Amino acid sequence: MTLIRLSGVTKSFPATTRGGSPVVAVDDVSLDVVAGSITGIIGYSGAGKSTVLRLVNALESPTSGTVEIDGRDITRLRERDLRALRSDIGMIFQQFNLFDSRTVAGNIAYPLEVAGRPRAEIATRVAELLQFVGLSDKAKAYPEHLSGGQKQRVGIARALATSPRILLADEATSALDPDTTQEVLGLLRRVNAELGVTILVITHEMDVIRSLADRVVVMEDGRVIEDGAVFDVLSNPRHPATRRFVGSIIDEVPAGEKLRALRERHPGRIVTFTLRDGDVSQSEVFAALAAHDVRFELIHGGITDIGGRVFGHLTLALTGEPGAVERAIVAAGAHAPLIEEDSRG
Amino acid sequence: MDRLVDLLPELWDATFETLYIVSLSLIFGGLLGLLLGLALYATRPGSLFPNRPLFGVLNVLVNFFRPIPFVILLAAVQPAARSVGLPGIGPEFGIFAITIASLFAISRIVEQNLLTVRPGIIEAARAAGASRARILFRLIPREALGPLVLGYTFIVVALVDMTAIAGAVAAGGLGEFAIVYGFKQFNPWVTWAAVLVIIVIVQAVQFLGNGLGRRLLRR
Repeated sequence: MTLIRLSGVTKSFPATTRGGSPVVAVDDVSLDVVAGSITGIIGYSGAGKSTVLRLVNALESPTSGTVEIDGRDITRLRERDLRALRSDIGMIFQQFNLFDSRTVAGNIAYPLEVAGRPRAEIATRVAELLQFVGLSDKAKAYPEHLSGGQKQRVGIARALATSPRILLADEATSALDPDTTQEVLGLLRRVNAELGVTILVITHEMDVIRSLADRVVVMEDGRVIEDGAVFDVLSNPRHPATRRFVGSIIDEVPAGEKLRALRERHPGRIVTFTLRDGDVSQSEVFAALAAHDVRFELIHGGITDIGGRVFGHLTLALTGEPGAVERAIVAAGAHAPLIEEDSRG
Repeated sequence: MDRLVDLLPELWDATFETLYIVSLSLIFGGLLGLLLGLALYATRPGSLFPNRPLFGVLNVLVNFFRPIPFVILLAAVQPAARSVGLPGIGPEFGIFAITIASLFAISRIVEQNLLTVRPGIIEAARAAGASRARILFRLIPREALGPLVLGYTFIVVALVDMTAIAGAVAAGGLGEFAIVYGFKQFNPWVTWAAVLVIIVIVQAVQFLGNGLGRRLLRR
């Protein structure tokens, strides 16, 4: 079931300088987000991903095109109806954006106070959320006394206060250290799995997409340039920008300078196997090499876990009697896609 | 020195009169300045209720009144005071003039302190479903309370200063006391006694304001 649907959405901002041309932040973007999924939008800064997120909770309104939440076009809603809509959509931020003048409990209570819920109900709900994010002992603390990870947990609790069906995460882990990032990603996975909240995250870190999302949308210059299941896009990136993002977490097939450097250090023939979960049995590849009495050494690459499935490129240097090496390559090639670079480099 | 001892009851009265003028001016000027400051903040481009024409008018208004030296403004607003049925001299006139002078200064201080609230805070509140009016009147002032208290402390000190100047038009208070009994009667002891009391008032206000501001300053 489609929960969020953007159809041909364009958003342009007035020129920042007099006489300049308007800035097109989002350019004809269409996007469907299925209820219960975790969708990641990745792109460099200025790609328009932040604007897309703000179109979903109508903090920005599109110049053209429609945004539908649960089948309802929200681009024509009046301010009052938008406020009701927003209590069904939580949002968390890179800089947390907690209210400094309110305690942790006060921050979490804010969306409920705004929605006019009775005081007793608010107290119960806040206690529940504090428990969920593991900060029950910090209820009376002020944000200034919290660590970054704790602040983001408060941000998540606040975003979930009104039990929204959608959670928007704006670079939610970009200001955090690696350990804290994992902690927050783990919490987001729980929000999705235990509460069934549909999550839309934007990030410039492919690793966040890899470990959190089911589906990835790659944006560049306001357009969607690639869109698909995370495993498919990561194992077979088509657009150059996507390849750069994927290259940041998965070692690519060595080429050019990289290949020359490997060749200088390693004698023998250099071949790269692509390991794709399901299609390739790693052990059969190695067994085929061993059966032909070929010595092999792993010189580059590795395997990555993408949503429980394995993917990677393994670059090997093979040494042995030339005829045996040739036969081994053919035999192993039957088990896995194999790339051998031109030996002259 | 002996003369000063004789004048102690008058000094005492003048001190109370100064406090009276300062506190009423602070209430009127402070409230009006807060409203004008909120209006400046809210109508500026990119803010909660952007309105370029209104912002332009308010901005020019504030820029027009704010640089007028207080002694000159004091004389200039006399007809205005009389037209609303107030006397052109005395403490009530002092309060009237100080309110006008301070409200423009206060509005700028309020505007600037509200601007210290990060835009992300507003975005978070809007994402939480808060109305823009609720954000403007309830959340923003609360988030900026620490700097606002420090700003108002600064203004109270300026109000004490203005009260003393208003003494020149018989507005009462320590300013008039210093001019009438000290300056005009060539008695520096009396003048310095008034100065001393003013210093004590200013220090007390500064101490309280800083303490309160620091307690409220959370970031």
